[in-house]
Amino acid sequence: MVRSGSRAESSLTGGKQVTKRNNILYSQKLAPYIFVLPFIISFCLFFAYPVYSTVIMSFQEVFPGQVTFVGLDNYKELWNPTFFKAVKNSTIYTVLTLLVLIPVPLVLAVFLNSKKMKAKNFFRSVTFIPALISIVVLGIIFRLMFGGQETALMNQFIGLFGLEKIAWLNSASTSMLVLLVIATFRWIGVNLLYFLAGLQNIPHSLYESAEIDGASTWVKFTRITMPLLKPISIYVLTISIYGGYSMFVESYMLYAGNKSPNDIGLTIVGYLYRTGLEKGELGFGSAVGITLLLLTLAITFIQLKFFGMFKREE
Amino acid sequence: MNHQRTKWTLSSVSLFVLFLLLSALLLLPLFAIILGSLKPSTELLRFGLNLNIDTAVMSFKNYISLFKDPFYFTWYKNSIMITVLFTVLSLLFSSMVGYGLAVYKFRLRNVIFALVLVVMMIPLEIIMLPLYKLMISLHLMDTLWGAFLPFVVAPLPIFFFRQYVSGLPKDFLDAARVDGCTEIGIFLRIMMPLMAPAFSSMAILQALGSWNNFLWPLIVLKSNEMLTLPIGLSTKLTPYGNNYDILIAGSVLAIIPILLFYIFFQKYFIEGMTAGGVKG
Repeated sequence: MVRSGSRAESSLTGGKQVTKRNNILYSQKLAPYIFVLPFIISFCLFFAYPVYSTVIMSFQEVFPGQVTFVGLDNYKELWNPTFFKAVKNSTIYTVLTLLVLIPVPLVLAVFLNSKKMKAKNFFRSVTFIPALISIVVLGIIFRLMFGGQETALMNQFIGLFGLEKIAWLNSASTSMLVLLVIATFRWIGVNLLYFLAGLQNIPHSLYESAEIDGASTWVKFTRITMPLLKPISIYVLTISIYGGYSMFVESYMLYAGNKSPNDIGLTIVGYLYRTGLEKGELGFGSAVGITLLLLTLAITFIQLKFFGMFKREE
Repeated sequence: MNHQRTKWTLSSVSLFVLFLLLSALLLLPLFAIILGSLKPSTELLRFGLNLNIDTAVMSFKNYISLFKDPFYFTWYKNSIMITVLFTVLSLLFSSMVGYGLAVYKFRLRNVIFALVLVVMMIPLEIIMLPLYKLMISLHLMDTLWGAFLPFVVAPLPIFFFRQYVSGLPKDFLDAARVDGCTEIGIFLRIMMPLMAPAFSSMAILQALGSWNNFLWPLIVLKSNEMLTLPIGLSTKLTPYGNNYDILIAGSVLAIIPILLFYIFFQKYFIEGMTAGGVKG
């Protein structure tokens, strides 16, 4: 679509001499490609190429100036106790965060949304504050609060119940607990907001008609609230699985580096970081990355299938 | 939110108390670190972080030592520069792309939108090694640009802008075209002002993400004078606890600007941070 020069000249934007080159600016066929160009460039350079390159590298041994094709060797080498430990830690962490960070915020959101609740906006704002703080600062705070000293906050707290002081970060179970506490602290307000948004989308009339039919609070919760919260719950579940399996920085900060006694804080991404960046084995690290990708995709796929998300189109 | 008055019944009191306790628990670590920042670092090393108040030993000495540290305020400056550059560029690019996807019908539209979703689904961690290699070959290692350039065209804001523009009226676009407005002109002069609320919440999302970003800058930034605040602070964390003064006071100074912004722009924080949940 080419506009005549005189038309544009007399227009509001006019004044400028409209040459043939300027007519490109009026083309509705070309315009969308100009708008999406930043994405196309960034996608090719910073996404498609790296994905392609990591897949290739995972079949190679990569050292500076020397690359050899090793077939499936990197993947075979994954069959080792340290990687198993990382997978186990990441899986336990993910499952525990799901067990806490889905039901608790859901129930809290229902409470916060109830007619009986006072100062809703205030509490909504306060529960959100932890999400603003960087994991680095959180790691520092929690590392010191869960310090081994008798006078560190958490040891003081359990001391109230007559318990002996604990070296929280030295054993697998208590350090997992600390990681879970950090995750809960950080995400409870965010998940609560997601569920709250979901609750506020449920039409009030549904509850009113249920009340007319004499439905109890429990029946209303299980028959109206829960089913209508399904889409947002699936969203929260999906991001939590991804977040859980890609956890790294929390552990990195808690242990002041990517090293913990007996690798009790080692996660899959921690292993990727160690092998790929600390030891410089880019090929092996890539194999760890691809395995992580396949693992999360498989879990997401199973979960979406389980919830019947593929049955209906949006 | 409805503002109808609720009566104080037993259940409303117990709900109120429950949330009061929860809020206290969530604010406790913040309180603890602010308190800790006023204590001598030797105390912190010896006793750990707790809520004991001992006015005899408390002072602002840790904050003063921040000014003596050769790098702390360099890190602060780097963080501000990266956050501003990243936020401005990322809003410009992602609003363009989101707008393009929402307004025009063109052949590759669905393909590109699907690719945006794919990028959103794949965690950074999986491509961090090849990206690291790419940064080396582009000579972007240990530069401020390298710390954010790969993520400047961000999928979540694109998605958000696309949804937002889809909901805007578009009848006057043709009127603007008849008046001789260029396609870019329509975007810059007519649509951008209408997208202002979306810009606010995405600005918060991107700025907060950038301010707190850790993993990627950790990989790219190496020399002390190039580090951002989170990376710099993390280098001060050692098992020996000899830097606790900088570490604790520095952490408090790193969160204060965010908390101040949050008080004034709360609505946009909440919209921005939950943007992923908007209906597709």
